[in-house]
Amino acid sequence: MGTVWLTVAQLGALIIALALAYRPLGDYMAHTYTTTKNWKVERGLYKVIGVDPDSDQTWQRYLRSVLIFSVIGVVFLYGIQRLQEFLPYALGLPPVEQSLSFNTAISFVTNTNWQSYSPEVTLGYSVQLIGLTVQNFVSAAIGIAVAIALVRGFARKHSTTLGNFWVDLTRGVVRILLPLAFVTAIVLIVGGVIQNFNGFQAITTITGGTQTLPGGPVASQEAIKMLGTNGGGFFNANSAHPFEDPTAWVSLFQIFLMLVIPFSLPRTFGRMVGDNRQGYAIVGAMATIWVASSALMVAAQSSLSGTATAAAGGAMEGIETRFGTVLSSLFASSTTLTSTGAVNGMHDSFTGLGGGLAMVNMMLGEVAPGGTGSGLYGILVIAIIAVFVAGLMVGRTPEYLGKKIGTREIKLASLYILATPALVLIGTSLSFAIPAVRDSVVGTSMANTGLHGFSEVLYAFTSAANNNGSAFAGLTANTPWFNTALGAVMLLGRYIPMVLVLALAGSLAAQGKVPATAGTLPTHRVQFVVLTIGTLLLVSALTYFPVLALGPLAEGLK
Amino acid sequence: MTTANPFGPRQLVDALPGAVRKLDPRLMYKNPVMFIVEIGAAFTTALAVAQPFFAADGASGTGAGASASPTSLLFAWSIAIWLWITVLFANLAESVAEGRGKAQASSLRATRTSTLANRIDYDLAGDPAGERAVVTQVASADLTLGDTIVVTAGELIPGDGDIIWGIASVDESAITGESAPVVRESGGDRSAVTGGTRVLSDRIVVTITSKPGDTFVDRMIKLVEGASRQKTPNELALSILLSSLTIVFLLVVLTINPIADYSNAAQSLIVLVALLVCLIPTTIGALLSAIGIAGMDRLVQHNVLAMSGRAVEAAGDVTTLLLDKTGTITYGNRQAAEFRPVSGVTVSRLAAAASASSLSDPTPEGKSVLDLTRRLGLPIPAASDGIEVPFTAQTRMSGVDYENGSQVRKGAGSMVAAWVAESDLQPAALVAELDQIVTDISQAGGTPLVVAEKTANGEARVLGVIYLKDVVKEGLAARFADLRRMGIRTVMITGDNPLTAKAIAAEAGVDDFLAEATPEDKMELIKREQQGGNLVAMTGDGTNDAPALAQADVGVAMNTGTSAAKEAGNMVDLDSDPTKLIDIVSIGKQLLITRGSLTTFSIANDVAKYFAIIPAMFTLAFPSLAVLNVMQLSSPASAILSAIIFNALVIVALIPLALRGVKYRAASAASILNRNLLIYGLGGIIAPFIGIKLIDMLISLIPGLS
Repeated sequence: MGTVWLTVAQLGALIIALALAYRPLGDYMAHTYTTTKNWKVERGLYKVIGVDPDSDQTWQRYLRSVLIFSVIGVVFLYGIQRLQEFLPYALGLPPVEQSLSFNTAISFVTNTNWQSYSPEVTLGYSVQLIGLTVQNFVSAAIGIAVAIALVRGFARKHSTTLGNFWVDLTRGVVRILLPLAFVTAIVLIVGGVIQNFNGFQAITTITGGTQTLPGGPVASQEAIKMLGTNGGGFFNANSAHPFEDPTAWVSLFQIFLMLVIPFSLPRTFGRMVGDNRQGYAIVGAMATIWVASSALMVAAQSSLSGTATAAAGGAMEGIETRFGTVLSSLFASSTTLTSTGAVNGMHDSFTGLGGGLAMVNMMLGEVAPGGTGSGLYGILVIAIIAVFVAGLMVGRTPEYLGKKIGTREIKLASLYILATPALVLIGTSLSFAIPAVRDSVVGTSMANTGLHGFSEVLYAFTSAANNNGSAFAGLTANTPWFNTALGAVMLLGRYIPMVLVLALAGSLAAQGKVPATAGTLPTHRVQFVVLTIGTLLLVSALTYFPVLALGPLAEGLK
Repeated sequence: MTTANPFGPRQLVDALPGAVRKLDPRLMYKNPVMFIVEIGAAFTTALAVAQPFFAADGASGTGAGASASPTSLLFAWSIAIWLWITVLFANLAESVAEGRGKAQASSLRATRTSTLANRIDYDLAGDPAGERAVVTQVASADLTLGDTIVVTAGELIPGDGDIIWGIASVDESAITGESAPVVRESGGDRSAVTGGTRVLSDRIVVTITSKPGDTFVDRMIKLVEGASRQKTPNELALSILLSSLTIVFLLVVLTINPIADYSNAAQSLIVLVALLVCLIPTTIGALLSAIGIAGMDRLVQHNVLAMSGRAVEAAGDVTTLLLDKTGTITYGNRQAAEFRPVSGVTVSRLAAAASASSLSDPTPEGKSVLDLTRRLGLPIPAASDGIEVPFTAQTRMSGVDYENGSQVRKGAGSMVAAWVAESDLQPAALVAELDQIVTDISQAGGTPLVVAEKTANGEARVLGVIYLKDVVKEGLAARFADLRRMGIRTVMITGDNPLTAKAIAAEAGVDDFLAEATPEDKMELIKREQQGGNLVAMTGDGTNDAPALAQADVGVAMNTGTSAAKEAGNMVDLDSDPTKLIDIVSIGKQLLITRGSLTTFSIANDVAKYFAIIPAMFTLAFPSLAVLNVMQLSSPASAILSAIIFNALVIVALIPLALRGVKYRAASAASILNRNLLIYGLGGIIAPFIGIKLIDMLISLIPGLS
């Protein structure tokens, strides 16, 4: 029964920490995005980029700003990878190959941080710092900005504007992510994460052998990697690497970091729409799924199905012994329920059902609590669908927070829930449907044959489309097909939803507000929490059941 | 004109030809979900026909490797036939719903038979009665806007119009079903006449207010037939959601084979079509338009005509109801509620005098005084040979003068006091007491009638006061409480002074009132409510109500009202019963609830279908998936076929519910939702598990499928 107590203790610690952060952080973020005062450094920045911080943007202009900024990000990131050899601290590494540069640039701009490469032997410190780390900050800030724009859509009445993207982006970085990352980095350094510019060092081990140890500014990147639900590791082994994640408590702290902003954003939402109970309902739905999924993951991973697992006390293959089954399971469920994708154990080595659960977590659309910002807007779209069907059942045309869910709103929400599954299913299917691709996928990329091999491919597309970035590590994804296809899927998986969410925000903001009466469906009660969870599970389960049956289910039920 | 024909096998048979006609793809494509099923049905039929010619392959289509799917010809034909049945059932639902309207339409059409109209050249100043005008006989179909006609007793009114001269009793039973004739007269709010109704007495001059082919009856026919039916905003939104779910499932099905092929578990095309049809929301797709038609039909059965489905939907959303006091909240006439004698006089004495003064009083007030006396168990004086003194505007009193010289009077306080004072000065204390009673009654919203008598020898004395009350209709307070639970605020509109209005509002239990209301005030109130995001419903009949009726989100015009009012509103109540507004709101809500509940049911059904079909498809390739066959269905072929059969049967099973509507009780949104989620959500998950299992047990008896 040690597993149960350990799970309760670790989950309990996380819940308490997250609950303590919920109000102050949520309120602070609400203040950040609603105040009219600009900091001095921000005013300087606005002057440099030529933005009037007081001018609000329509949803179309807001969207255009998001897209322009992202395109610049991709081009810049692609450029510095290709020109790596001319940059300082390149560690003598050559330029990054074309399709890999393309994939990596998109991967970091879209907050996915899918890594088709092994970082320590591919990227020097310059690319890591001015390329990847910068994107870790801004891609997270963009996610929050879009979520805030949607929240403003709910909060505003008869308004044509949603705020100013450049202001939201700047404040997100300057006021939220930078200060939090700074404090966090120091805590991580104290906890034993390395922070240096040493490059590779040859070391003579105790037994007399020689070893090359990589160094680097790890803690600073690690902080934002988790806080911004990015997940791109400094090292290939990601948070399973002792220099990134040295001890069990640091690992637990890292889980807290990836959850803290997504779990606090519902408070920001409640604050901004003027009803904190709405925030509690949303966070309630998120937390219920997260706790349930984490518990299931622990159960799947600690079920003793064979002599090997029985001897080890759980499925220990691919698991760091310094973390153990429980902490690895919690990390795995949290990283796939957010859009982080960092790992402290190898999901490919998880049990069939455990690995399947990681996939299911992502297939839910990463909304419990999801990525920074993307989790909130994702679950709000699900809430809109839930309200639409359930609202009819109380005898009113549906409304959420006083906004009518009419033809336009439901069209946008429907397209949103359609987009990601379409990318996953089409991508996976094409991998097997095109003969030449199929040969490359089956022959080169898959580390395993049979069901598990298929799961690796399904996992890759699920991870890319949902901007998660974690992998069933067995897959060799650094091939032209995967670099290109996953690159495209990441791009579409990030920006199609954003376009739809901003359009939705625009149409909500333009509406008036219907006052709530006894005949209005209450959206702050347990009933609504259950309804939202039910809608989410039903919609995702129905979409992915067949592919899951052909992979992890068939494998896990053996 | 409405006969509530229940749903039964006869209606199904009657609707069958219509359902078959609707199989035309040009009509089907309007319903994307069922159109996909029809394409699937045609496709599987083609495959089944072709199958014997490719028998060597076993499965048609991809047929790669060891296909795990059922491949017998019997299976192929069974699926094809059941898919056609599914489409047919969907059309049947719509046909049955329309059929109910058709019966009403044909009885209406009978009134539209062409009649001859007496058109005249009208001269308002010289000859308002049109007696000397030249009459031209034209066919009623040729009448146009602005024509003036003369209709005399016994003739059918040839078109919609307003009476500009004369008064007549009209039989409107063809439209309202009410056999008692109604009076229509020029000027005022009772001037509108409807084409197809019959003048029973007198002679009227009418200007035509409708274009040919667009009369009230024409519009009614179109409405009940559903010919002009357009998708309402919410229906459109729901269709979008259903379409996008259909696209998701289309993707799911299209992407299966390349993936399954990798594991040597590729499926035959027939199985894939079956899976697709089971997953897409066919139940709600099939019933959606029937639900809409039935909603309109329910209104028609309440004798209300909605000019658009949009108005019915808006009725469900209404948050503020404006109700006229007179006729809606009160009976519209004052009735005696209490006798209040002054000191020294017994109730029975006051009652006796009051009754005596009312014996020959024909007004409702007078009758109510006798009723009250009877209710109190007091004797009513025998009719005497006194001379009746009728009420006049000058005296503002009525009563009786007896032969022996004694007199009784009842009337307005000041007038009766003056009448008494003619003979005897009343003591100051008595005057003060009387004043107090009169003021109390006024403040409570009632009307005081003072009763006094003079004896034969000329002694006069005040006896007391009759308390006349505006009687609030029974059961209204409970209905308003229901409305409050639904989240609807009621506002009473009255011309009374605020004091009276307040008292009646409190008694009736309305949430708010607008006293001394003018049409402008009413308009102002509607706009104010709408600015606050409320949806307003109201009734009206006068021309001066027209702007407010047009402004309101749901404006119900009384059929007795002017054509301007009927034109402005988006519903017409043929019974002219303003209380019906409350029913209209319920019908609107019921429509939306039915739509939502069946959508939930339809989507929830998919869970069980997956558990039937997925193991059937893949167990051969992956024996471990047999665990998912929780229903223990006998064979892959029977499992898939059972799911398809269930899918078709559930449509027919739900037609009655779609037509009747889900039961609606006034309650808070949260409790209604709990109930419906339990029945249609949870029920929707569980029911197909049972249904599919039962069907499987039956069809597994058929050789070749087990």
